[in-house]
Formats: sequence, structure tokens, C-alpha cells
Amino acid sequence: MTLASRGRAVTLVALLLLVGVYVRALAFTPLERFQGAAQKIFYLHVPAAWSAMLAMALVGLASVLYLLVKDPRYDRFAAASAEVGTAFCVVMLTTGPLWARPVWGTWWAWDARLTLTLFLFFLYIGYLLLRQAVPDPGVRARYSAVLGICGTVLLPFIHLSVYLFRTLHPQPIVLKPSAPSLPGVMLVTLLYSFGVFTLLYIGFVMQRYAVGEEGSHV
Amino acid sequence: MSDLLRHAWVIARKDLVIELRSRTAFVSTLVFTVLVLIVFNFGRDPTATAVLDLAPGILCVTFTFAAMLALNRAFQLELENQALDGLLLTPISRRSIYLGKLIANLAFVGLVEAVGLPLFVVFFNVPVGHVLPALAGLIALATIGFVAVGTLFSAMVIRTRFAELMLPVLQLPFSIPPLVLAVLATAKLFTGRPLDESLGYLKLLAAYDIVFIGLSTLLFPATVEE
Repeated sequence: MTLASRGRAVTLVALLLLVGVYVRALAFTPLERFQGAAQKIFYLHVPAAWSAMLAMALVGLASVLYLLVKDPRYDRFAAASAEVGTAFCVVMLTTGPLWARPVWGTWWAWDARLTLTLFLFFLYIGYLLLRQAVPDPGVRARYSAVLGICGTVLLPFIHLSVYLFRTLHPQPIVLKPSAPSLPGVMLVTLLYSFGVFTLLYIGFVMQRYAVGEEGSHV
Repeated sequence: MSDLLRHAWVIARKDLVIELRSRTAFVSTLVFTVLVLIVFNFGRDPTATAVLDLAPGILCVTFTFAAMLALNRAFQLELENQALDGLLLTPISRRSIYLGKLIANLAFVGLVEAVGLPLFVVFFNVPVGHVLPALAGLIALATIGFVAVGTLFSAMVIRTRFAELMLPVLQLPFSIPPLVLAVLATAKLFTGRPLDESLGYLKLLAAYDIVFIGLSTLLFPATVEE
């Protein structure tokens, strides 16, 4: 079984499980008291953000490994992860405003996390543009590794500096020092969705990596 | 260590001497800076917006644009007659080359800012006399980090298609932390708040500078390898 077909299988399973996320979120998870139905988008928005961040962290890691051992597979993985991360970024950046409009009363706010994720998106775009602008594969791999590392280091700085502006985004409710304040049934849906989005990420990256590998033989 | 810095200084001096002889890049960057300041003046309604509300942003954004323009030429210079190959063949470390380019760029951008700041004061009538040392230090801190990353990127983009377009696209996200922090701190200075209130911003700026100078020095050899 080739990598591409295994990737397709993983993606297919993840998509089926994603249907489960919708069913569970819409039919088996209670309505939030203040935000109403708009809150349901939370079960897609937060996991998509997770996958987008995970993808960037792995781009950074693969970039470091590439510069250390110069194995083109790391570069191919970084490229695949960046493209998939861009897609998750788009999901996050479109579902966010859809939720914000009814709940905050505005599509967009220059809050710390929004700005951070917007720049995550621009880093991805810059990364992909740079890859397209360098014809030589060896040079391309080195340049994109440099940018991948710098980008990963930049993100905490953007978050810290923008955080100094007043923040509007909901505060963390799961990953925080005290116990999660999310009701159990909602937490289960969210964690399930996290798993599904991680699996989707893996499936997409496997397929994209396989395409890159074929491209390198041509 | 002393060799590293000595060689860096040789590279920096070479660049600055080239700059001094032609002065075209310096004059064009300066004219650009003045024009941006003028354009900003017409981008606001003077009867509706107090100049102090906009001044920190105008100053920091103008200097960001000026620095970006200056960075485009840093390695462009080395493309003519394959000068970069010659530079790489010299028996000095790649890190010295990076540090030398960084020093030359900082001198170049610093000079543009030194001329741009008085013009900003004149055009926008912002009293800076009493906070001048703090303001100069703040601008220097913000410039160092931004130029450190920019020098690294300019070494990469010269060998890409559309280099002049690629640099801003790659670099502007990296201007956000220095820009945000500089604007916040400048606003405090302009409104006469004590320096203590900006100390947190300055520390974060310094951390950004240290991290990105270190990272760029480390990564630069990967951008010029053959």
C-alpha cells in the first residue's frame, strides 16, 4: 500500500469521524446559555486552530532537522505541513468571524489571539511564496528552513507584544492552571473534535507528502 | 571572538565606504522617508484627530518602511560582478559576513532615522526635547531587531524571483513585535509618562533583539552555502 493511498484511508476515516463531531455537537451537546447556537462553531474553530498551530510547530521542527542533517524528506514534510496548516488556518479564520459577529457584535477585533493567528496565516503564505520563488530544490529547502525556524520563533513574540493591547478573546477554559471550567459533556465533544482534527492533519500531510515525493522523482 | 568582530568590521567598513562614495541609496532612502512623512500628514484630518494620537504610529511605521527599503540594497550590492562569490571565498567566517552586513545596515538605517526624526518633529510639531535620549534608545532597540531579521532575509531574497516584492512579504510579519512595542512605548513618552511605565516594553524589545541577532547569526551560513 503506497503512502498516498494510506493517507487517503486516514483522511477518509477522519472525515467520517468529522461527521460524528457534527452529529455530537449539534444533537448531543447542550446549548450554551449565553451564546446560544453560535457557540457550536467552537467545536470546529478551536480544533482547527490547534491543527494550524501544530502544523507550524512541526514546520519549525522539520526545518531544524533539515538544517542539521540535510535530508530532503524533512524539507518535503515541512512543505506538506505548511500547506495543510494554511488550510486549517483558513478554517479557523473563517469560522472565527462567523462566531464573533453574533457574540461580540463585530466580525473582527484586533485582539491578541486574532492578530497572532492572522500573522500565522501570513507566515504560511510567505513561506509558500518563498518556496515558489526559488527554482533550485537545494536552495529552496535551505531558504524555507531558515524562514520556518524564524517564523516559529516569531509567534510567541507576536503573541506577547499584541497581548499588551487589551484582549477580547474568551479566556482559556480547558488548558489553564485550574481544572477545566467547560461542562463535561462539552469537553468530551471538544476533545473528540481535537482528535479528529489531528487525524485529518495527519491524513492530509501523508497525501501531500506523497505528492511531493512523486514530484521529486520527475 | 575578536576575529569574528574584527572581520565583521572590515565587511561593514567596505559597505559603508561604497555607500559613502555613491550616496545614491542613502539619498533615495532619505527622500523616501521624508515623502512618507508628508504623505502621512495628508492621511489625517487635522481638525478631527489630535496629532499626538497618531504621532507614535507615524514615526514607527515610517521608520519601518525606510528600513525595509534600505535592506533591499544590502545584498543587492553583492550581486554585481559576482561580488558575493568573492566575499564567500575570503577566509573569514560566514558569521562575520552576517555581522558586518548587520553593522553596515544599522549604520545606514540609523543615519536615515537620525535625519528623519528632526523632520518628524518639525512636520508634526511633537515636543521631544525632554525625552530625546529615551526616544533615541527606544528607536535603536526597535531598529536593531528588525534589521537583524531583515539582513538575514535580504541575503535569501536576492536569489529569488521578484526579490523587491518578496522581502516585504517575508519581513513585515517580523516587524509586528518591534512596531507594537515601539508604538506603545513612544506613546507613553510623548504623553509625558515616566520611563518606568515603558520598562516592560523595552525589556521585551531587548529580548527580541537578542533572540533574533543570535538566531540570524546562527542561520545565516545556511543562506549562502554553495
